[in-house]
Amino acid sequence: MCYRFLSEVVRYCCSEGLSRSTCVVRKRILQRVTIHKPPRWELMCRVMILPIITVGLLAGCRPADPTRVKIVSSLPRTGSAKQQTDTIVRGIRMAIEEAQNKAGPFHIEYLDLDDSTAAAGQWTSEAEAANARRAMQDPDVCVYIGTFNSGAAKVSMPILNLGDLMMISPANTAVGLTKPGLGAPGEPEVYRPTGRMNYMRVVPADDLQGPLAADWAAKRGVKGVYILDDNEVYGKGVADLFDERCREIGIEVLGHDSIDSRAQEFKSLMASVKAAKPDLVYFGGTTQSKGGQLAKDMSSAGVEAMLMVPDGCREQVFIDSAGASNLEGRCFVTFGGLPPEKLTGKGLEFVERYKEKYGDVPEAYAVYGYEAACVAIEAIRRAGSKDRRAIADAALAIRDFKGALGNWGFDENGDTTMQTLTVSVVKNGRFEFEEILEADRKNNALEADADGGKSNQ
Amino acid sequence: MPALPPHLAMISLEFFLQQCLIGVTNGALIALVAMGYSMVYGIIGLINFAHGDLIMLGACLALSLVGASGLVDAGPTATWWGVVLLLLACGLFCGTLNMAVDRFIYKPLRNASKLAPLVSAIGVSFIFMNVGLFWLGPADRSFPELVPPTNLFSGDTLQFTYQDLLVVVVVVLLMVALSVLVRSTRLGRAMRAVSQDPTAAALVGVDVDRVIAATFFIGGALGGAASVIYSLYIKTIGFQMGFQNGLYAFTAAVLGGIGSIPGAVVGGLVIGLVRSLASAYVGERWTGAIVFAILIVILVFRPEGLLGRRTREKV
Repeated sequence: MCYRFLSEVVRYCCSEGLSRSTCVVRKRILQRVTIHKPPRWELMCRVMILPIITVGLLAGCRPADPTRVKIVSSLPRTGSAKQQTDTIVRGIRMAIEEAQNKAGPFHIEYLDLDDSTAAAGQWTSEAEAANARRAMQDPDVCVYIGTFNSGAAKVSMPILNLGDLMMISPANTAVGLTKPGLGAPGEPEVYRPTGRMNYMRVVPADDLQGPLAADWAAKRGVKGVYILDDNEVYGKGVADLFDERCREIGIEVLGHDSIDSRAQEFKSLMASVKAAKPDLVYFGGTTQSKGGQLAKDMSSAGVEAMLMVPDGCREQVFIDSAGASNLEGRCFVTFGGLPPEKLTGKGLEFVERYKEKYGDVPEAYAVYGYEAACVAIEAIRRAGSKDRRAIADAALAIRDFKGALGNWGFDENGDTTMQTLTVSVVKNGRFEFEEILEADRKNNALEADADGGKSNQ
Repeated sequence: MPALPPHLAMISLEFFLQQCLIGVTNGALIALVAMGYSMVYGIIGLINFAHGDLIMLGACLALSLVGASGLVDAGPTATWWGVVLLLLACGLFCGTLNMAVDRFIYKPLRNASKLAPLVSAIGVSFIFMNVGLFWLGPADRSFPELVPPTNLFSGDTLQFTYQDLLVVVVVVLLMVALSVLVRSTRLGRAMRAVSQDPTAAALVGVDVDRVIAATFFIGGALGGAASVIYSLYIKTIGFQMGFQNGLYAFTAAVLGGIGSIPGAVVGGLVIGLVRSLASAYVGERWTGAIVFAILIVILVFRPEGLLGRRTREKV
């Protein structure tokens, strides 16, 4: 049986792979193969199954260390996101150090994985999938902190779900990852092939960020907006939500265009924007998807509107890449939660310790890295075992967490109950806190939705 | 003139002219890069895939020079002279580098099959890219604004800045200089001869290797000038910019008829205009698709390109 299977595979490969010069041989083989060959899909399945079985066996064979747990993070550690992820990783390390490398009875080991490549300059699905598989196959890994980009989460979520490995993101904000009915059809169930939950995030999602940004614009007297997005999961998601809310509250949407984030310049696009005479230009995207270049071209095209960007651009690199003078006083950025300089209580302590240790102000997401690691340690402590399912359940059951971000918990989707959003403005080449946006209305609406959903079940 | 409502603003004449201006400026930059491709292809029939990355290295040098010389804070006159010096320095650097690559990599492969230098060019492109990665780091870098973005037109409807003007002026000057060089100098005549038939050229006393080396130097120097113009105009450089740059420029060279200098310029202008008009009237996300669709259509009906000739005369 085995021999026959192998010979079939070899023949199949031969018939596909031989060059034209050996056409006669190829024809002969093909003639023979066509008599015996099972359908192509069946062969493909067999070929796929073999490595999976092998890997499964290998992983099963490796002995786990009963006194040790591993926490891994998967973040883009090369490219322009590095500055931001550096501070996230420092946050994670600080949380683990403060717990004295202990979570309950276990000794913690931390592994900092990279989901980007130098050649791509940003995250790639191959690297992210490889990290997820690596974490899955190591029985000591109990928590996966990641990802930074929502698109990357889409890749690793279904992989990690199969092993019930707790995945906690310090930065994903795309709504579809957790919230039913708000993302694409089938979301978020497609990320949960087992039907169980293992993903959660400590950062508020874009169903808050997009609409609240629109409300803020209306309050500022904005009448017409021009919306741009980078056509990625995160950027397009938040831009669409912003668009929707603008139409609801009567701000005129003068145009909505997706950019090609590999393009080098956007001068023609900015001429179109200028002709539409908007009061505000909204860009749903990140520094890595050419946020800086857009701001530059906007300025050189003579567009005098305000520029608003979501939290994907809230990093110093964004200001550096756009040129501070092009953003000065007119670029506003929304961010879920409080910026480092406005944190109080435990958060303030974190910022102080961070400054002391690294001699630098943390970037906006550092505290989320810290918080994610704290939740991870707490979950392992509560579960008291290395059972991945138990750890994920313990984390999802957290309803009241007193952390650096304040008092918050996870809701039934694995989202944070924190509903604060802040707007910052670029001043003197840095982000400066502008105001806090509270999501009272949105909060109520969400609860009503959740109740409605429950009563329907 | 009263302000038009937004959906009508798109069809106004000013808007069309503005998009054409942007298209011509972008097209001029593409043409400058495309000329480098065409020069080298014209003389030895090699598609020099490393050309885009050569430009990237030139931009690295420009950034380092600007950083080291403190040109950012200099006055306006000093800045203009600085730009001229930058053009010369980067031209010299890229020209020499291109000539060295030819001497050590392409020359030993001169009599090998056509594929050997082609694959080597791809290899050189990767080597350059990694050098750029070490030089610049993985993140995109902002290039300081040396040339002021002051509008040359009064009023607000049309925008054409000194930066745009610089692109057009430099490209036109270089194109004229190159045409004169190829048409009416001794070296140009030698180049045309080598391009038509290297063996026959050698028989009548042309030093073929020296002519090819000179062509690589000139092609590289054009690339060096392009790198400075690119840095001043786009104002963002990164180690990966070579690929996208090379893609459009190579397309322009093929569109205009590869091997022909005026063809490269026409091809660059066509691509620049198509891109900006497509962005304005169809949608930004379709620009790439439209550019290549037009390329395919033109090549189906004129495989030799817009200005290409079927004869063997290439430069």
